[in-house]
Amino acid sequence: MVPADGAWGVPGADDAAILSDIVQSLGHDVPLVRQALGEIAAKAGGAFATLDRDRREKLINEAYAGRSAAMVALGRVVVAAYYRDDRVLMALKFEPRPPFPEGYALEQGDWSLLDAVRNRPPFWRDDRGTSAGER
Amino acid sequence: MAGHEKVDVLIIGSGASGAAVAWSLAETRMRILCLEQGDWIKSTDFPANRRDWEARRYTDFDILPNRRGRATDYPVNDDNSLMKIANFNGVGGGTVIYTAHWPRMHPSDFRVKSLDGVADDWPIDYWALERFYEENDRMMGASGLAGDPGVPPRHPPMPPIPLGKTGTRYAQAMNRLGWHWWPSDTTVATAEYEGRSRCINLGHCTPGCAQGAKASTDITYWPLAIRAGVELRTRCRVREITTDERGMAAGAIYYDGEGREQFQPAEVVIVACNGVGTPRLLLNSASARFPNGLANSSGLVGKNLMLHPWPIVSGYVDEPLDGGRGPITSLWSKEFYETDRARGFVRGYTLQFGRGTGPANQAIMGAAAGHLPWGRDHHRVYRELIDRRVNIGVACEDLPEEHNRVTLDRVLKDSHGIPAPKIDYTISENSHRMMEHGIARAEEILTAAGATRLYCSRTALNYPGHLLGTARMGTDPERSVVNEWGRCHDVKNLFIVDGSIWVTSGGVNPTSTIQALALYVADQMKQRLANLFD
Repeated sequence: MVPADGAWGVPGADDAAILSDIVQSLGHDVPLVRQALGEIAAKAGGAFATLDRDRREKLINEAYAGRSAAMVALGRVVVAAYYRDDRVLMALKFEPRPPFPEGYALEQGDWSLLDAVRNRPPFWRDDRGTSAGER
Repeated sequence: MAGHEKVDVLIIGSGASGAAVAWSLAETRMRILCLEQGDWIKSTDFPANRRDWEARRYTDFDILPNRRGRATDYPVNDDNSLMKIANFNGVGGGTVIYTAHWPRMHPSDFRVKSLDGVADDWPIDYWALERFYEENDRMMGASGLAGDPGVPPRHPPMPPIPLGKTGTRYAQAMNRLGWHWWPSDTTVATAEYEGRSRCINLGHCTPGCAQGAKASTDITYWPLAIRAGVELRTRCRVREITTDERGMAAGAIYYDGEGREQFQPAEVVIVACNGVGTPRLLLNSASARFPNGLANSSGLVGKNLMLHPWPIVSGYVDEPLDGGRGPITSLWSKEFYETDRARGFVRGYTLQFGRGTGPANQAIMGAAAGHLPWGRDHHRVYRELIDRRVNIGVACEDLPEEHNRVTLDRVLKDSHGIPAPKIDYTISENSHRMMEHGIARAEEILTAAGATRLYCSRTALNYPGHLLGTARMGTDPERSVVNEWGRCHDVKNLFIVDGSIWVTSGGVNPTSTIQALALYVADQMKQRLANLFD
């Protein structure tokens, strides 16, 4: 689903540490993930592992396209673990840390854009007999 | 069954409304007790403390109790509803896991029958609540910018959340279209406020704030209420409200943390369990005297459930924006809020502009939208999408319909054997037309912002969880459950202060109004203490 890629400098989701993280974090998604793996296996006629890479990818993308709860859960648990791996985050130029306690900076942005709105007359509907703009 | 000393006021539920009413009534020096089925949540518990912070939105900090599955949760049968039920069972209730968006209802929202000929007018108006909105803004600590021409005057005590790159991009698009926008009011502290630390941009605010910058009632109202003498008892799940021989509320039977059945007598009972928990409790409190459920002579307990249909339109722009490095709340637009019948529907909606999310959730949403493939193309496409996502939520007013309802499930029960709530809910034709109108406008805006790969989720995952209308207020006992100041028509010492007493829903997040209403009801009670039961 998420293969290793040397060009991007990232491991695959089948990397031992990431796979271990995925398995350990399944929690109450175990039944759905089992179901998803069963759906994939059934589509492959029970021979998924013997298919070539192109056919495996095509099959998984086709299975996911149905957006069944099981397939969505499988995709979620895979990327949730994958995109917290230090190597993956550093390759993406993200800091490998939780948000707290350092947090992040958020620039103010361009408040002058609000000038176009500030001068507009009030347009909420006043229930006291007059429009807000008339008071 | 163990008994306890009688209290003057028993509040059931410690969330948005229960906390506000407890704090307000504390000045009376009455003996006040609140029963809460959940626990206190510590700031160190919140996901942002850990590397798996994004995944925990789908586990122990999921907004959906059916997925969250904490021991303190109860199951909800919402199979017969496209929109799923969200809540949180803990001190602070839903305010622990809300997004902190802080719009108020508009004056017209209280007059939908008079102005637009639909549903019913509220028995009170915006102006009766205005001072309680203001008081609540101070208590919760609202941030925002005065002067918005799209809403009545209000005075947030803190400045708004920065526009950031994302908000700037939206604002440019809105100005190009000539449509209203304004920085959203929130309860995210943008400055040090009443002992709360300012926001340091931990990302999506919904699954709790490790910094304590997001206002939830466990860190706003409750410390003050407890200091003023209110007792808050956690891990107490109320099964039913009992009545005496006069038909007055006598108290509540609950299960304590060890599963033991307890009875708590009270002079006054206030229910604050919101739009699903409250009808569940009232219906489960049926007795020989109240065979259809407590306070249900109108037959309206559980009916008129409103959930706020909330499509979300997303797309991707051509430059990195803020990603998940800031609160998700950004701007709102009231351009399409008030009724314009030329649009083909009555009432209206707020457009809510969101910031992005963290790296894992960007992958989850990209895959769910069909933009992010699996396999060798995954990495290339992910890098095209990362930090470029923009999204607009269409917060639609949901009009009351009696067939949308909460009943008791005949099979599903919680861990104490209490019947689970069962939800039957459909989206009305008027709401469908409103949704499609809003989706089309959101697509116009995102296109004007330069976004491509547009995608719409009509009943979006994880949105919104607003539970309203199931014990509506009114002056006619045959058409309402509580009167115009929150007292049940049928039981004169039983009050309801949560979202279930709403007559209509507006097109806004409800917490600000829920709390203003709770403060209003508390004020009415204080004014009538000498003859509260007359």
